[in-house]
Amino acid sequence: MASRNIQVNETSRPILPRHAKLRFDETRQVWVILAPERVLAPDEIAVEVLKLCDGARSVADVVELLAAKYAAPREAIVTDVVAMLQDLADKGFLTEAREKTP
Amino acid sequence: MSPTLTDAASVASSPTDGLAALERRGSTAETFGIPLAVLAELTHRCPLQCPYCSNPVELDRAGSELTTDEWKKVLSELAEIGVLQIHFSGGEPTARKDLVELVQHASDVGLYTNLITSAVLLTKEKLSALADAGLCHVQISFQGNEPVVADRVAGLKKSHEKKIEAARWTRELDLPLTVNAVMHRQNLHQLSDIIQMAVDLDADRLEVANVQYYGWALKNRAALMPTFEQIEETSRLVEEAQVRLKGVLAIDYVVPDYYALRPKKCMGGWGRQFFNISPSGKILPCHAAESITGLEFESVRSNHSIAWIWQNSEAFNRYRGTGWMPEPCKSCEYREQDFGGCRCQAFALTGDAGNTDPACTLSPMHEAIFRQAEQDAASEQTRFLYRNFAGGTLETVDDHGA
Repeated sequence: MASRNIQVNETSRPILPRHAKLRFDETRQVWVILAPERVLAPDEIAVEVLKLCDGARSVADVVELLAAKYAAPREAIVTDVVAMLQDLADKGFLTEAREKTP
Repeated sequence: MSPTLTDAASVASSPTDGLAALERRGSTAETFGIPLAVLAELTHRCPLQCPYCSNPVELDRAGSELTTDEWKKVLSELAEIGVLQIHFSGGEPTARKDLVELVQHASDVGLYTNLITSAVLLTKEKLSALADAGLCHVQISFQGNEPVVADRVAGLKKSHEKKIEAARWTRELDLPLTVNAVMHRQNLHQLSDIIQMAVDLDADRLEVANVQYYGWALKNRAALMPTFEQIEETSRLVEEAQVRLKGVLAIDYVVPDYYALRPKKCMGGWGRQFFNISPSGKILPCHAAESITGLEFESVRSNHSIAWIWQNSEAFNRYRGTGWMPEPCKSCEYREQDFGGCRCQAFALTGDAGNTDPACTLSPMHEAIFRQAEQDAASEQTRFLYRNFAGGTLETVDDHGA
């Protein structure tokens, strides 16, 4: 079973679990996260972060990519990204990739 | 940069407003974009006989149910017009032999799928096939925390142990689990144990829903109505557990509105953000709407599209927004917060669905309703009228639920 109640830090390799689906809503022209009995509306940057969270990249990797793309200081980005991901984790809509079996 | 997640909300009937968050329209009252979620009642057939069943007293027979192809067409149409989530419910949805096929089709057209089930007909293989078909979330109803009370309420022997088993399979398959607990005078004493049971089952969510009194539940009101003291204790227990279990188990709570001061914002407002489809294909503003006589509901079998029925049909427009309201709703400052409460309850208790819901203190009938609740709660009546296709069967002394 995938672990729940995770603590997000720079070494985490987060990914959306199967019950939280990031999808573009064509009718309303917005991105949504579909979850049990809920629909979340992530903003543009949250969407970009979540698209990079593939279970392979660490949070640090994601931050590097964003820092390069927006030419922004790493420190400013890392706090916000971790906070957003932790918020999602606290709602039960974020998991970490399973350890590969040797 | 500061990425944010706006909660567009519980999609069914929570006070937070999904559509407003996603669509950002001006007037709350007149907003009725396509619902984010739709309830598909696949069948009214069910092996359980719960005396508070939310299905209408006049149940749809198996022969009138939409066919597999009709449901598939409906699912495609829903996805096309912008519905995001589909709740497969019933009756007992797993009584439909084509459930896996329907879940697969819903997944294929991009719908987020949720199964609302009694779980007693599930096998591990069936659940696994549903997961493979893309099922996203399982909600299992529980009638108590142990077999004596639970099987009696359900009117089915061994139902409780089957539910426990199915809940375990759900988590083994890594599907998120919601425990639905419907509460009333004869099981409220088990609430603490039910909360613990949900934790032990590794559920993600628990819905503690007090019975709402229409249809079958209204017939059983004297046997089900909790006392005012029970409700106070329930609220205390739920609030305590919500704090204690934060991050472990999310708990949603529906209070019984006979004892409330303000009515519930039923369905988020009539025809505003929700509809359901009955087994025979009628599009309804809520699952109890057919209890209101004199309203004609259009079917997916008509010549109209689902979007047309939602937007234009007489039944949806009758109580939509605030224009239909009489006093005291008409000039009430809360009219866009609760939309006058529940139309089905207004009809059941006053004979006119256009009246203010008597759950509201401003209704001239409120005091009478409150007294009625206290009287029912104090009654010695404990026998259930079980729900079935025969119009109900009264519990016998040696019944003990089957």
